[in-house]
Amino acid sequence: MVNFILRNIGQRIILLVLISIISHAIVHLAPGEPALVDPSNPRMKPEDIARIRAAFHLDEPMHTQYIYWVRDLFTGELKSFKDNQPVLGKIWERFLNSLPLFLIATLITWCLAFPIGISAAINRDSTFDRSTTFISFALISIPGFFLSYLVIIFMVDTFNVPVLGRQTFGLEGASFLFQSMDRIWHLTIPSLMLAIGSTAVLSRYVRSQMLEVVHQDYMRTARAKGLPEDQVIYKHGLRNALLPFITMFGLTIPGLIGGSVIIEQIFSWPGVGRLGFEAILARDFPVILTLNFIAAVLVLLGTLISDILYAVVDPRIKF
Amino acid sequence: MSNLETNLEADALPPSKGIFQERWSILKRNRMAYASYWFLMLLLALAFLGKILTNYIVVFDPKTVRLSEKFLPPLTPFTSTITPKEDAPTFGIYFFGTDELGRDVFARMLEGTSVSLSVGFVAVGIMLTVGIFLGGIAGYYGRKKLWFLTVDTLIMRFVDIMLCFPTFFLILTVVALLPPSIYNIMIVIGLTSWMGTARFVRAEFLSLRDQDFVAAARSQAIPEWRIIFVHMVPNAIAPVLVSATLGVASAILTESALSFLGFGVQPPDATWGNILSDGKNFLFDAPWLTFIPGITILMVVLAFNLCGEGLREAFNPKLKQTT
Repeated sequence: MVNFILRNIGQRIILLVLISIISHAIVHLAPGEPALVDPSNPRMKPEDIARIRAAFHLDEPMHTQYIYWVRDLFTGELKSFKDNQPVLGKIWERFLNSLPLFLIATLITWCLAFPIGISAAINRDSTFDRSTTFISFALISIPGFFLSYLVIIFMVDTFNVPVLGRQTFGLEGASFLFQSMDRIWHLTIPSLMLAIGSTAVLSRYVRSQMLEVVHQDYMRTARAKGLPEDQVIYKHGLRNALLPFITMFGLTIPGLIGGSVIIEQIFSWPGVGRLGFEAILARDFPVILTLNFIAAVLVLLGTLISDILYAVVDPRIKF
Repeated sequence: MSNLETNLEADALPPSKGIFQERWSILKRNRMAYASYWFLMLLLALAFLGKILTNYIVVFDPKTVRLSEKFLPPLTPFTSTITPKEDAPTFGIYFFGTDELGRDVFARMLEGTSVSLSVGFVAVGIMLTVGIFLGGIAGYYGRKKLWFLTVDTLIMRFVDIMLCFPTFFLILTVVALLPPSIYNIMIVIGLTSWMGTARFVRAEFLSLRDQDFVAAARSQAIPEWRIIFVHMVPNAIAPVLVSATLGVASAILTESALSFLGFGVQPPDATWGNILSDGKNFLFDAPWLTFIPGITILMVVLAFNLCGEGLREAFNPKLKQTT
């Protein structure tokens, strides 16, 4: 087991190095320079540009730049091109903003998808099954920002609550109760929007997993023993259907970085996705590369966790 | 002689249906998938028609600007006396209203149909080409060693690497750094979505490469590329077809998401995505500018998804048994 984990970690580190090299190449080979973002600024003289380029090692060959990037990343010295702030600090600050959004969205997803999927599978071809299937396909098919706009208008018109940003401006002096209510409103709608797509996908998975399990022999045996139907489904059926989802939990972790660019942009939520978007607009290479790197680390970590969990919960798997 | 032949024909089993005919009849039973199939065929015809009409007939021109006719609601008849007669919209009526520059939304949607669909189809074409090629090579030459790694390891590790990139973030990075052009968007979407196809094709090839028809083909000294692409790929096409159908849906959605962020297909080319993201600025004054493209995207992507799901069910023998 330990051997397996160590070997796996070794493989993943090699992958990580390759990924960072490829992303470095993509970002640096693409046309468009950090120094060209603001070409019309009269105060930017050619010598200034040359000084800035030298300061950020932009005139060095690519592999030297890569080594500088790796060295700076691991010593924590990596600075953003845009405002000369440490990159890791910037990302950490935004990460703390993204975290509640991600956690609540994951919570909503898992709490909704399982009941819906299970009851759709049990009552196969019922009206409920058909309508949830259709609705989940519709939710996958609708452009996220279109739906978000409709929901924002609906919320503002019906409940008269503002939902953009993290809190309403000018409520700093209000009582604690008002402030926390305000925060919760602002948090709920974006997380709901973030959760909708994955809820639709996950409930379909749960349904098909349950359908596989429902026809197994042990289910028939359990019924033949005269167990109550609830116990058959939730104890014998669900436990076996759950197996793939334990591993899927590890795969949701990377959603922290990549999954929320659009939603954070719509709700002007200062999270990691928006930081990435702003960095792309500003050609802020260190931030883009570091975000890419962290996303890859999260993916590899997620798959590692899911591999280990699979081995832990399924005794048939041996190393 | 002829007597013998008729006898033989009478004795023979009824002609076996081809796999596609058989699956087709299963697909037909799924009413929603079948309906979406015909909806998509209609849409394809509309896209071709739209391409021809907008290019060759002046009144269909989606780029005609009529500043005196801004923000007319849908189904307004053309009554203006300021705008010259030859700029009148199709059939003298604004079916879908006009936008902030007085352009006919109906003509723009018609043009957008062909552009949006071609973004989807070209992206999926690239995805299939790369996916089938790499998956096929990994599956067929899997055991061959290059230096100390097998071909299979090499290609599948590359797939793993590509899967580690946050896809939308990568697309955004590349599209933002490259000069804006519709071809870049197609290529980038295609090049970031082939991994699933490669995996399916490789999995199918692993079981196909030991089968008799491949051995027979090899014994006739048929070149290997021909065995792979002419003999084996058609046998592995079922999962590819499914992922292609779903791929078109997600490519259209990705394009509209890119348009929302301002990196989509640039004006004056109209796509559903950029009509939608331009329209959202006038959500309260001219809601039709948002709802018409939004609902169109919803319906078309839904049709692709339902069709793909129907195909998946039709090609899955396991699911067939349980019904």
